[in-house]
Amino acid sequence: MQIELHNVHKTYTGAQPLHVLKGIDLSIDKGEFVSIMGASGSGKSTLLNILGILDKYDEGEYLIDGKLIRDLSEAQAAEYRNRLIGFIFQSFNLISFKNAVENVELPLFYQGVPRRQRHEQAMAMLERVGLTDWAEHYPNEMSGGQKQRVAIARALVTYPKIILADEPTGALDSRTSAEVMELLAHINEKYGATLIIVTHESGVANYTNRIIHINDGVIGSIDDNREHKSSVFGSRTIMK
Amino acid sequence: MRFDIDSCNEILDSLLRNKRRSLLTGFGIFWGLFMLLFMLGGGDGLKAMLEKNFDGFATNTTILASDLTSKPYKGFKEGRYWNLSVDDIDRLRMMVPELRDITPVISLWGQTAINGENTVSGHMKGVGSSQVNIEAPKLKYGRFINDIDVMQYRKVCVIGKRIYTSLFPDGGDPCGSFIRVGSVYFKVIGVDYNSSKVSINGTADEAITIPFSVAQTLYHMGDNIHLICMTGKSGVQMSTLEKRIRQVMARQHQFDPTDEQAMFVLNTEQMFAIMDNLFKGVNFLIWLVGLGTLFAGAIGVSNIMMVTVKERTTEIGIRRAIGATPVEILSQILAESILLTIVAGFLSIMFSVMLLNGLEAAIHNGISFQISFGTAVSATLLLVILGAAAGLAPALRAMRIKPVEAMHDE
Repeated sequence: MQIELHNVHKTYTGAQPLHVLKGIDLSIDKGEFVSIMGASGSGKSTLLNILGILDKYDEGEYLIDGKLIRDLSEAQAAEYRNRLIGFIFQSFNLISFKNAVENVELPLFYQGVPRRQRHEQAMAMLERVGLTDWAEHYPNEMSGGQKQRVAIARALVTYPKIILADEPTGALDSRTSAEVMELLAHINEKYGATLIIVTHESGVANYTNRIIHINDGVIGSIDDNREHKSSVFGSRTIMK
Repeated sequence: MRFDIDSCNEILDSLLRNKRRSLLTGFGIFWGLFMLLFMLGGGDGLKAMLEKNFDGFATNTTILASDLTSKPYKGFKEGRYWNLSVDDIDRLRMMVPELRDITPVISLWGQTAINGENTVSGHMKGVGSSQVNIEAPKLKYGRFINDIDVMQYRKVCVIGKRIYTSLFPDGGDPCGSFIRVGSVYFKVIGVDYNSSKVSINGTADEAITIPFSVAQTLYHMGDNIHLICMTGKSGVQMSTLEKRIRQVMARQHQFDPTDEQAMFVLNTEQMFAIMDNLFKGVNFLIWLVGLGTLFAGAIGVSNIMMVTVKERTTEIGIRRAIGATPVEILSQILAESILLTIVAGFLSIMFSVMLLNGLEAAIHNGISFQISFGTAVSATLLLVILGAAAGLAPALRAMRIKPVEAMHDE
């Protein structure tokens, strides 16, 4: 098992403490293509944050490749994120004053990769997402689908073991959503990276091989979806 | 924390691709430093301009003049007049060994000097050779009165700039020619171009200076002289000698040593001290206002950087999410602040130097308004410190931004 969670709890402290995750047990294998579904407030984003070492958990154990991820310093967490995990966000989160290729280069910059090599790798990755011609364009000159593809290239450029996507199609229309999902499925297939997608759209979840339903802080059910038949609208369609 | 071409590029990119923000931020520093440097240069120039008026005048001079007594003493009634005498020179030299130069002055006001058809009015003064140590002449031609002129009663004179230009309109070296003052011909031996506004008996411009022994005999002065000018040996404060000088003079001329009115004593030291204090005050104000403006600029930078950090929360969050450590974020914001401050500061230094140069050219009297190289170097050091200080609070704030915040911000 590549990712293992044992009885993970998370409470947000505040005026009114909020018990968000109430004991999550989950294991995901290397190279799996998994989606986490749930209504808003169910704790799916919190779970993703913990998986991405962006947030800390209060109780339980989280292991990546058998290594316990717990009480890391900010610098260590940054190192793990940089080396192990690629992020894809709902709102793309590209840096607006950097063009596409510079955005893709950024994780390599923090790894200390020399400039020339960085540029080559980033260009290669942009080619894979079909955006070679758009390398010099700034985010505000691109469509939503193109921006998300840049973001995917950025997440992939370090060849991370795990890619986490938080509502990757949330800001896209149905056709572009389908394109992005096709791309993600292709990446999973071709590079074997573990791909975990948080979504509330059944059509999106239907692209994945396993659907984890999370409900009020606990895991409700886990569906095997290798047949891609979970969506009532049929496979490979996304209704918006 | 790394520091290489790559991180420099990253910093430059952030600043250059947000030009307006960078420009606004830098302007505070630019203006603050400009105020400080321009005022410093201008203040120095002003000081030099004023100091020119005192040029060549010894700052530790004491001048004595006799006046009516105001107290009865040893059977004399008050209101008696007495005269300084040539003997007083030797007397003071003996009794007050701290004095260096003691020289008599005889003043003859309202004289008319004539050279051929040219006439000019001026004033005559008879002086000793050591007068040069009190009012340093700036000789354009010839020499000053010396001891032999005094001893041999030579009818020679040193003339001021205005006398020279009026009597010798064609210019040239006038030494050796004769000018007539009253009914006596004097041989010109020097031309004094000093334009100092502080001098004994009228401006140096209009002075016809002759040996005092000549003035004594020609104008029937007897042993009487008008003024005694003195300077102290180095390190001697003239004000501390005043009481002893009074006692020496009072005993000889039989007036009450406590009678302040009987003898007028002018201490230039005090005058110059007032001037000095004035300029210290002006300088203090310049630094106060200049540094104040500069600090206001730095606080402005800090403020705008703070807003910038807030604005860049998402960007910083993204950077953190994809692997930037907190220290990398801290050093980036700090470096941005320092770079911005230094660039704005250098532009400001260049602008100040340029403007001061222009001012110098416009005033055109050989006075330097320019700031010194040392001032520029210390200003640069100050800028680095200010930039770091201004960037610190925003950088610490940026460091605390959690990567999760990138995703919450739409």
